[in-house]
Amino acid sequence: MHEDAVSATNLPPAIDMRGVRRIYKAKPNPVTALAGIDLHVEPGESFGLLGPNGAGKTTLIKILTTLLLPSEGTARVFGYDVEHQTQNVRRIMNVVSGGETSGYGLLQVREQLWMFSQFYGLPARDGWRRVDELIEAVGLTEQQHQKVSSLSTGQRQKMNFARGLLNDPWIFFLDEPTLGLDVSAARSVRELVKQWKAAVPGRTVLLTSHYMAEVDELCERLAIVDRGRILAIGSPAELKHRVQAESIFRLELDRLEGGPRALAGLPGVVSAVTPTDDAGAAADRQTVRVNLTLADDSALGSVVIALGALGSHIVALQKSEPSLEDVFVELVGRGFDAEEAAAHATGLPPQPSVPPPPAEDREPAEVA
Amino acid sequence: MAPAPDSVPGTTPVPATAPARAPSAAHSAFVYRPTADPMTAATWTQRRVLVTNLRALYGRAYPRLIGLRREPSWLFFEVLLPFLTTSAFVFVYRALQAPPEYIGFVVLGGAMTAFWLNVMWMMAAQLYWEKDQGNLDLYFTTPISLMSVLFGMAVGGLLSSCLRASIVLVVGSALYGVSFAIQDWFLLLAVFFLTLTALYGLGMVLASLFLLFGREAWHLSQAMQEPVYFVSGLNFPVGQLGMLGALAISLIPLAVGLDAMRQLAFSGSDAHTGTPSPGVEALMLVAMTVVFIGFARFMLKRLERMAREQGKLSVRGG
Repeated sequence: MHEDAVSATNLPPAIDMRGVRRIYKAKPNPVTALAGIDLHVEPGESFGLLGPNGAGKTTLIKILTTLLLPSEGTARVFGYDVEHQTQNVRRIMNVVSGGETSGYGLLQVREQLWMFSQFYGLPARDGWRRVDELIEAVGLTEQQHQKVSSLSTGQRQKMNFARGLLNDPWIFFLDEPTLGLDVSAARSVRELVKQWKAAVPGRTVLLTSHYMAEVDELCERLAIVDRGRILAIGSPAELKHRVQAESIFRLELDRLEGGPRALAGLPGVVSAVTPTDDAGAAADRQTVRVNLTLADDSALGSVVIALGALGSHIVALQKSEPSLEDVFVELVGRGFDAEEAAAHATGLPPQPSVPPPPAEDREPAEVA
Repeated sequence: MAPAPDSVPGTTPVPATAPARAPSAAHSAFVYRPTADPMTAATWTQRRVLVTNLRALYGRAYPRLIGLRREPSWLFFEVLLPFLTTSAFVFVYRALQAPPEYIGFVVLGGAMTAFWLNVMWMMAAQLYWEKDQGNLDLYFTTPISLMSVLFGMAVGGLLSSCLRASIVLVVGSALYGVSFAIQDWFLLLAVFFLTLTALYGLGMVLASLFLLFGREAWHLSQAMQEPVYFVSGLNFPVGQLGMLGALAISLIPLAVGLDAMRQLAFSGSDAHTGTPSPGVEALMLVAMTVVFIGFARFMLKRLERMAREQGKLSVRGG
């Protein structure tokens, strides 16, 4: 649990979902978007939902933001039932989605944000002042008098982010917030999330993403979701530990008398070997590389002492950690890329190349 | 809007260790109204609920008013073009040597066309369009009643249409020499106001129906436009239609309101045979207002429930 959450232990859970299922009617068969989700997020946490497209992340956020009802089960936000205490939930949360194109193109950025401020009941002058503060905070001062329709994708998302903060939410739902943004704009949005959260203890973030690094950077805990189920929950470190119990270090030394075997017998050292990809290059280099597998990080001390005794100097030391993608592959048995490749193989491109038919022409997506 | 339950079962509000919200200058943009905890933030008085909904109404009307200033093309499409139709009827009546008040009937009808166009093509399609833009989902996530949004659209549309109607009325009256004979100013203004409330109440109902039935409702609206124009009597006294006119009067707020306004603005004319008196028509408009707004409120509540159950009404393209 994050330390911010410690001071808020008397608060109800920021998110409490029990046995939540969500089924959409579709032809030829109903689609189960959520297949029994139990989720508990403490106040003050930054919690991530990581999963491929179609995993159920957005459905889960829509339930928590009162846009969808669960087919079964209960969901509460800070103790308020999303089905029956809808207005209470709406007063303390906000949501920003990636690729959001809401608002009115003819309005300027400042006007659009002010309009939304009125939906949260800000007095008119307060609204303008708050809008100006947020515009400055998200770095849109130069664009404040620009029409919304003329903003770039990154600028638009910054504006959406400002909209999401107008009501000073206690819980902020971010659904793929950096989708389609370039590296710089995505980093900027992530920084804003961190700054907003750090400003007041107890603020909670629920982030969905299929960008592993984003979840790793922003979230203290995360759930890996696939096909409507939570496969694992924990901190990024805990989840990585699941797929790699030992600590792996890559050592580069100026010399090593006796080769890697000299380290293999040390306490806590599971193995010490020359990297397999290093055999050809070793002859041209003046240094020695060793892949060191330790029972845990604490064994590194005895290795360093032993190297000193052998007269070796460490040129480089790098800890090798599994990524969240490794965790996902371990849990699901396939990577995100495989998911998208499968979609292509079945003739279902992620983005249609022609505009979709009018809504009425599509298969209905109704709850069972 | 029904008051939301405020109690949170199984919790003790405002714990001693609740996070203190002390805004610093560096974070002023990220801290607006400090509240001790989420439960305090979620507990609103009835007054705050009402004030927030009124502000939302104003907020939603705002883009309409901005659009009026920023997109002057409406002067051509919504004033000049309808005015040509009005002018055509003026020349027809003049050629037929109709009584002079008929010119006034046409000018008054031309002015009221602005409201009818606004209701049929802006108000009715608005929620459907908001859904398509991705706005409807955002409205649902805000702590306001969707009725405030609809009222905001109505007020914004009404104010902009008033400007258009005034231009047609003033220019038409001056250009074609219309002379009014008004005996009861108060009742005339009351009927005008009631016509607008009933008309925009109908617009709110249509907005819900359009969202529910989508393109089918749009096609129906297109198909019905000319017949409704006809039976509304925009360019002639609706009493001339006999039974059909009576039926139109009982169903279409514009037909009732326009007939009453013509009776009041051109008193003494014998063109109003077969229609109720202005007082009766005012009562009909009151009834229509109540029924339409009540039905719109019911429909919106139903729509929101359906949207949350089915997941397709609010979702863009869904």
